[in-house]
Amino acid sequence: MVSGLFIIITSQNYIKKIVGLAIFQTSVFVFFVSLAKIIDGTAPILNSINNVYSNPLPHVLILTAIVVGVATSALGLAIVLQIYKNYGSVEENEIKKEELKENS
Amino acid sequence: MNILLDDAPALVVVLPLIIAAIIAFIPSSRLAWFITIVTLVFHLLLSFELFQSFSSFGTIIYEFGNWPPPWGISFKLDGVNIGLQLLFSAFVLVTSIYSRKIFLSEIDPEDSGKAYSLWLLAIGSLNGIILTNDIFNLFVFLEISALSSISLISLGAGTNRKALLAAFNYLVIGAIGATFYVIGVGFAYAMTGTLNMNDLIIQLSQYSEGQLAIFAGMSFMLIGLMVKSAVFPLHLWLPPAYSYAPSAVSTLFAALATKAILIFFVRILYEVFSIYNGYLEIFLDYILLPLSLIAIFVGTIIAIYQNDIKKLLAYSSIAQIGYITLAFSINDNSGVLAGFVHIFNHALIKGGLFMAVGYLAISLNDRVTLESIEGYGQKYPITSYALLICGLSLIGLPLTNGFISKLYIFQALYSNEMFLTIGLVALSSALAVIYFWKIVEKLFFSSKGYEAKTEDPAIYIPIWIIAISIIYFGIFSSSIIEFSSIASESLILGGSN
Repeated sequence: MVSGLFIIITSQNYIKKIVGLAIFQTSVFVFFVSLAKIIDGTAPILNSINNVYSNPLPHVLILTAIVVGVATSALGLAIVLQIYKNYGSVEENEIKKEELKENS
Repeated sequence: MNILLDDAPALVVVLPLIIAAIIAFIPSSRLAWFITIVTLVFHLLLSFELFQSFSSFGTIIYEFGNWPPPWGISFKLDGVNIGLQLLFSAFVLVTSIYSRKIFLSEIDPEDSGKAYSLWLLAIGSLNGIILTNDIFNLFVFLEISALSSISLISLGAGTNRKALLAAFNYLVIGAIGATFYVIGVGFAYAMTGTLNMNDLIIQLSQYSEGQLAIFAGMSFMLIGLMVKSAVFPLHLWLPPAYSYAPSAVSTLFAALATKAILIFFVRILYEVFSIYNGYLEIFLDYILLPLSLIAIFVGTIIAIYQNDIKKLLAYSSIAQIGYITLAFSINDNSGVLAGFVHIFNHALIKGGLFMAVGYLAISLNDRVTLESIEGYGQKYPITSYALLICGLSLIGLPLTNGFISKLYIFQALYSNEMFLTIGLVALSSALAVIYFWKIVEKLFFSSKGYEAKTEDPAIYIPIWIIAISIIYFGIFSSSIIEFSSIASESLILGGSN
């Protein structure tokens, strides 16, 4: 989780920031799935043999969150593509330099 | 008709979302705009019906698929959100009428039809944020609204490519905020096994001493929501996003998006976590109150030094969000009431200001800066006078609704004997005069003698609707006060039992 945040904050490259964001989000998904685990639990299928099963609800929630995460990454990459077309770079410091030149 | 009314709480959210999907395939932008308007008129009627059934039957809880609350997702319409829902619906309709000409001139004509699809997505999801009673469902709506607003902001790249950077910043910061919120939801779920807010209140009461995991979860959730509602110092995404987005989009977001999230924020604070009074007081007194005061000053002072008027308004939004959170940080009925009053009033004021500045922007066909609008009070008098009214209301002049909200904030502070804070708030209002006066001076007191040009009624009529309602609610303020007192009472009293 922290490594994902670290990448977002420190990296200069916009695509790397998106990757960091994905790592950050995925770690939270894993946290949710770990909440659901019950020792000796199996899949929640109703039958006579297994009475102990893992909680399915966090899995379902994370299914939704994964979809949201995919959409976020896709939109982020689409914007990065447009930034590249407009500025000719995806490096934060180069774009900042260009902005300064424009203002002066 | 009866079936429609039974499902009205779901329809106000689902209707814009479904129409959004249809509009995406319509090639003609005029038809897309027309369908949007029809949808929103229908939406307003539904909201009005909901409001009437609320006033006769009280709180409405809508269960999706008839699953009873702890299992299924539910929507709740109570005193807290019913007034905002109605205002939201009416305001969105006015903004959409106004948006047509702005979209045509600020973004690609080919894209302007599809922009309405995103527009409706944002409206539907913001409605969902206001109505939902399920903490995970909120996250989903939060992300739909964030993604659609990011796309709308990036459409501003047609006039200025910096919009792309603003959109990207918002995407990254917003996604971090939302993920923080989800971590908090995870902690809350781990401790209580429920996501429904009413059930959460019941389940939390068995941990009345408070477990570390709950406090951690609470902090994560609150910080996530503070990022989303741009509470200082988590506001950095807001000024560029508002100032480079197409003007109609800035209007919608400045007026409503942060407000919807703030409503949910106070719900979490005062309704769900109200049993942890000790923690709540520490959070309010040592975190939210100082941050709001700093936000008011930082926002106002940065606004004074801005040359670009949309940026100036964005920074003043940060100060105004500071006023709202300041009022909410007073832990009693009068404070929360003042907060709700200011949410209503500020939505109107900032919406009107962004609308008027948006019109100046398309007639200039450039960024609106202090130099470029010199003498425009004579060139576009109708829009400029509407801007003047909204601005005077922002400062808090009597006879405008801004005065009413300042009055209630002062009253709440006075009754809690926070005299130092009163002084600081009064000082900041005086500072607000400086930045607004700079605009007025350029607009009206200029030696350049322009002749008055004809203005577009499709644009100035919506602006004047807002301006007149600002004055109307400044003189006949009782309806807003009533909404707000219903809201604050159901929040404070409803939360404690």
